[in-house]
Amino acid sequence: MFQILRARLRQGHRTIAYPNGPAPALPDRFRGLPIVDTSKCPDGCRSCAEACPTDAIAIDGQNFRLDLGRCLFCTDCVEACPAGAIQYSQEHRLATRTREDLIYDGQTLKLADALDEKMRRVLGRSLKLRQVCAGGSGASEADLNVLGTVVFDLARFGIQFVASPRHADGLVVTGPVSENMRSALLETYAAIPEPKIVIAVGAEAISGGIFRGHSEVHDGCDGLLPVDLYIPGGPPHPLTILDGFLRLLGRLGEDAQGLQVPGQS
Amino acid sequence: MNERGFANLHNAQAIARAQVPKLSFEEFRPYILSAVAGRQRVAAFFGDAASSSEGVDLYAVLADSARGLLRVGSTTLDSNRFASLTPDCPQVHLFEREIAEQYGVCPEGHPWLKPVRFHASYRAGHDVWGRKPGEAPVIGITDFYRVEGEEIHEVAVGPVHAGIIEPGHFRFQCHGEQVFHLEVSLGYQHRGVERALMGSPTKRTIHMIESTVGDTTIGHATAYCQAIEGLASCQAPIRAEALRGIALELERLANHTGDLGALAGDVGFLPTASYCGRIRGDFLNLTALICGSRFGRGMIRPGGVGFDLDEERKQHCLKRLDAAYQDVANAAGLLWDSASVQARFDGTGGVARADCLALGMVGPAARACGAEHDVRHDFPAGIYRFAQVPVSTWQSGDVFARAFVRWLEIQRSVAFIRSQLRELPDGPVRSDVAALKPDHLVVSLVEGWRGEICHVALTDSQGRLARYKITDPSFHNWYALALALRDQQISDFPLCNKSFNLSYCGHDL
Repeated sequence: MFQILRARLRQGHRTIAYPNGPAPALPDRFRGLPIVDTSKCPDGCRSCAEACPTDAIAIDGQNFRLDLGRCLFCTDCVEACPAGAIQYSQEHRLATRTREDLIYDGQTLKLADALDEKMRRVLGRSLKLRQVCAGGSGASEADLNVLGTVVFDLARFGIQFVASPRHADGLVVTGPVSENMRSALLETYAAIPEPKIVIAVGAEAISGGIFRGHSEVHDGCDGLLPVDLYIPGGPPHPLTILDGFLRLLGRLGEDAQGLQVPGQS
Repeated sequence: MNERGFANLHNAQAIARAQVPKLSFEEFRPYILSAVAGRQRVAAFFGDAASSSEGVDLYAVLADSARGLLRVGSTTLDSNRFASLTPDCPQVHLFEREIAEQYGVCPEGHPWLKPVRFHASYRAGHDVWGRKPGEAPVIGITDFYRVEGEEIHEVAVGPVHAGIIEPGHFRFQCHGEQVFHLEVSLGYQHRGVERALMGSPTKRTIHMIESTVGDTTIGHATAYCQAIEGLASCQAPIRAEALRGIALELERLANHTGDLGALAGDVGFLPTASYCGRIRGDFLNLTALICGSRFGRGMIRPGGVGFDLDEERKQHCLKRLDAAYQDVANAAGLLWDSASVQARFDGTGGVARADCLALGMVGPAARACGAEHDVRHDFPAGIYRFAQVPVSTWQSGDVFARAFVRWLEIQRSVAFIRSQLRELPDGPVRSDVAALKPDHLVVSLVEGWRGEICHVALTDSQGRLARYKITDPSFHNWYALALALRDQQISDFPLCNKSFNLSYCGHDL
């Protein structure tokens, strides 16, 4: 017993102050929102688009479009760019309300708005979520589990993952939706009482990610389910997921919903 | 042993496909049986067919741990049937089911011939279960094993489980609380990875390998890169090999720590459950300190690694590693000193050593049965040729043993990373990768945190990957979970399951 108490003292209080205090420091090599300076692009250069493993980049002259729903946040485009026009920032906030908002011009990302007032009244202070892994690799799932640790302590926001869809207010989907999980996913969704929300976590759930186009998968849950929140990433950092959840519930105060990346020339 | 044998090769050493001995099936079958009787283990057993009209080749890779050698051989089937090896060699049971499902050839006499992943045959028109072309298999529709009798009842769980966990289906045949048999039926995570890898490498390949098993990104990516480097006759620089070893052991640390916490949680011992949940994150964040990703995405690349360590980052790593180790030593120590935990761990979910060897189990679960198998020791590649990691074993084969082996390995991994960081060789971290040699075969093994990861690559005449076979350690070990549950209380399933913590997506591919 004394040993347990001594260990308790030793291990200390570890819950992060965020969102009331500062967010925990992310490693300097963390790959958050990419920043693109198209003024550096050589004429007719398509190196980034050609290097991208999920064909997330469309470039036409200086008109650059990156589909964050497909982006794996890998380094292939950065390494391929001859001009150093693409850089990853430390920006962890990435969640959007619509699929279209994930089509990013390299400078401004429209972050997720909160749910409407009626939904916020119902779910804002108590949100129970059922998670379904539908072909997920286990990484997004692991970082969802992390939200339950003492570090993030998701329960302090009234958000909880529950065992039964009957107890849930929403569904969190990971994975590209394998054909073999399609009906289990749809049945789980159907078992959740109205009103309900759907949150897609990670590139696989949003677009199929690296498995996009396989006949064994459905290229994510878009088109199968009405998605209310998209949290991109390959996989997203727990802080990115938490930001998305709190943003949806309008729990992040009055900060700007549109995100201007500083330091643009 | 028979007159004609398999070819010997080392881990990650490529040989020409023409040099892979082609035996008649009448030679092939007894050769494998006698090798396994002589304590060799089947590391991989798979089919290959150039087209649906052509016959099917079978390849077998045997791991001879005692001699540190891999043996490979093949046979061409002259019909769509062959005499199953499973009745005489249980460890190929799932490999044969996989061959049957992928290539539509029937292992006759297989006692348990059911689909593995519920997908259509790679060879259109050849289906072992008599389904017509275009008739899609339906997941979960198979003949489940049933025990019948008075007061016998069946419990079916999944694919969707309580909690944030991958999907799979479990069926228990119970008498009251007592489990007579557990059947594990998976395939829900099937994403068509092996099929998609045919014709690689492309710009997508390394990313697909990294996403195949998300919690073993480093392990699988290292196996893939070793295979590619073997086929291209190039070597990663020594500094890169050391960094790969550091990343692999960090992956082991994070997952073993997480597992100790989850095991504590499953017996209601909350202190260790909550501490280890956090400390696991400390190890993941160490990986992110090196490469920006908590799961090591972007770290392992053909020819070397994607990220180097400067002196300051190295010192920072050492400091944080020490702090995390002190914390996990403290948290794990509580487990071994708590009678309530020991009462639940001791004697629960035991697997006999004989069963472990017969099933060809790998990884910590095998070492917990006293089997001294560890790729880092038996088939060292990369940095493990120069820096040995002692093999951690325990004898009791139960939940306690599987937990305790993890703790032993945590200590060895920390010692390994410390010494590698302190003596990190100088030099570059990436070398150029030449084109892959055409018509070659390579076997690449890595000791991932769950055990032996085996990748076998066959190139075609153009130097593309004609066949890429991935065997995750879970593939060997799922049936061991079923054995561990026999005569246990059904309420001990979560604890037993967590003590193995096998991968669904690694099995389903």
